[in-house]
Amino acid sequence: MAERSDRLRETPSQTAGPYVHIGLAPTAAGIDGALADLGREIAGDAQGARITVSGRVIDGKGAPVADALIEVWQADAAGRYGAEGFRGWGRVIPDFETGEWRFDTIRPGSTGPGIAPHLTLWIVARGINIGLHTRLYFGDEGAANDADPVLALVPDGRRGTLIAAPDGPDAYRFDIHLQGEDETVFFDA
Amino acid sequence: MGGQGDMAFTPRDWGWQPPALTPEYRTTVARAPANPLLRLPPTPSELSGPVFGHGDVAAGDNDLLHNHAAPGQSAIGERIILHGRVVDQDGRPVPGTLIEVWQANAGGRYRHRVDGYLAALDPNFAGCGRVLTGADGAYSFHTVKPGAYPWPNSANSWRPAHIHLSIFGTAFAQRLITQCYFQGDPLIPHCAIVRALPDPAARDRLVARLDLEATVPFDSVAYRFDIVLRGRAATVFENRPEGM
Ligand SMILES: [Fe+3]
Repeated sequence: MAERSDRLRETPSQTAGPYVHIGLAPTAAGIDGALADLGREIAGDAQGARITVSGRVIDGKGAPVADALIEVWQADAAGRYGAEGFRGWGRVIPDFETGEWRFDTIRPGSTGPGIAPHLTLWIVARGINIGLHTRLYFGDEGAANDADPVLALVPDGRRGTLIAAPDGPDAYRFDIHLQGEDETVFFDA
Repeated sequence: MGGQGDMAFTPRDWGWQPPALTPEYRTTVARAPANPLLRLPPTPSELSGPVFGHGDVAAGDNDLLHNHAAPGQSAIGERIILHGRVVDQDGRPVPGTLIEVWQANAGGRYRHRVDGYLAALDPNFAGCGRVLTGADGAYSFHTVKPGAYPWPNSANSWRPAHIHLSIFGTAFAQRLITQCYFQGDPLIPHCAIVRALPDPAARDRLVARLDLEATVPFDSVAYRFDIVLRGRAATVFENRPEGM
């Protein structure tokens, strides 16, 4: 669309920096007694198949990004966003030494005809000037993934970067590569 | 319901927002994706977003002078009010949205397990706060002015005084993290993070202005920082499609 000239411009983004946890996950920063952490649970006790996702964020040198913060946004088991009693949003923080993270949630349903189940992830960290949007699709949803209109937009050679590998019962592995041969697909959402 | 219907947002202006790779800010070199972003058509996943309410925010969470202070104590430093409004690109207020802030104390030291700067911690200051915008999109924090601090970007890199802000909006497509600076700070033009913004007008937009009207006499000086989130895309009836 053409921009109307009287429209305001969006506030510019700046990196979340290395101390993002103070504001968004105070307990992880080592702060007790000020604010409780928001987003520790994505799905709470909502109905649905429980799953675990683990992974790392990896930089262009192959090093884990241990100071990242990831937000997860998802539909409930019936494919609805923001349904009564289901927030579907949470925050994930890597281990500060290893960069490994994991979270528990429920498997999301399809949000519409032909749309494969997926999670939306948003990654911020020191050295990331504007938050990165990506998606996690499930490796055991082959037929649904083959039909998904967003995955269809992704060049063949990069589609795999959005697909989490089954990693034991009800578990998935999803590494996010900021750069390099396996660079994850990030979206202009 | 998360979000407001399924109307798309105006595309981000990538000449205005910082590019991923800004080598003067060294950490971006290994963390910036090399491929261009892939444009997503509007889908419910980005047109909806989490909703926060009064169960998430307590009265006093926006008072950083006291939210970590012992009874009868308060944080040390220049007492300030940081306030403003959250609106969309059409100037419409964004009510009930969550703003979270974090900052260094008046000496430039963060209360974080990885900050080892030699400035002292203030036992009465955590440096985090949160608030929901009001019906008119207005927000306010009571805090201390943060100190400048050195950082290992180059041999002599100093962050200007700044407060980090996180804002949700009504849809995940509006999700934004930024930093605000303070009018008159001579460190602003030297900062590699500020300079990640290519347009000087964008840098200027992050400078909170002294607001004498909003000061609390004999208590706190005020700075104003307004926030603009992405707006709804205009309909094809109002505007011709791009390229026509
Ligand atoms: Fe900072």
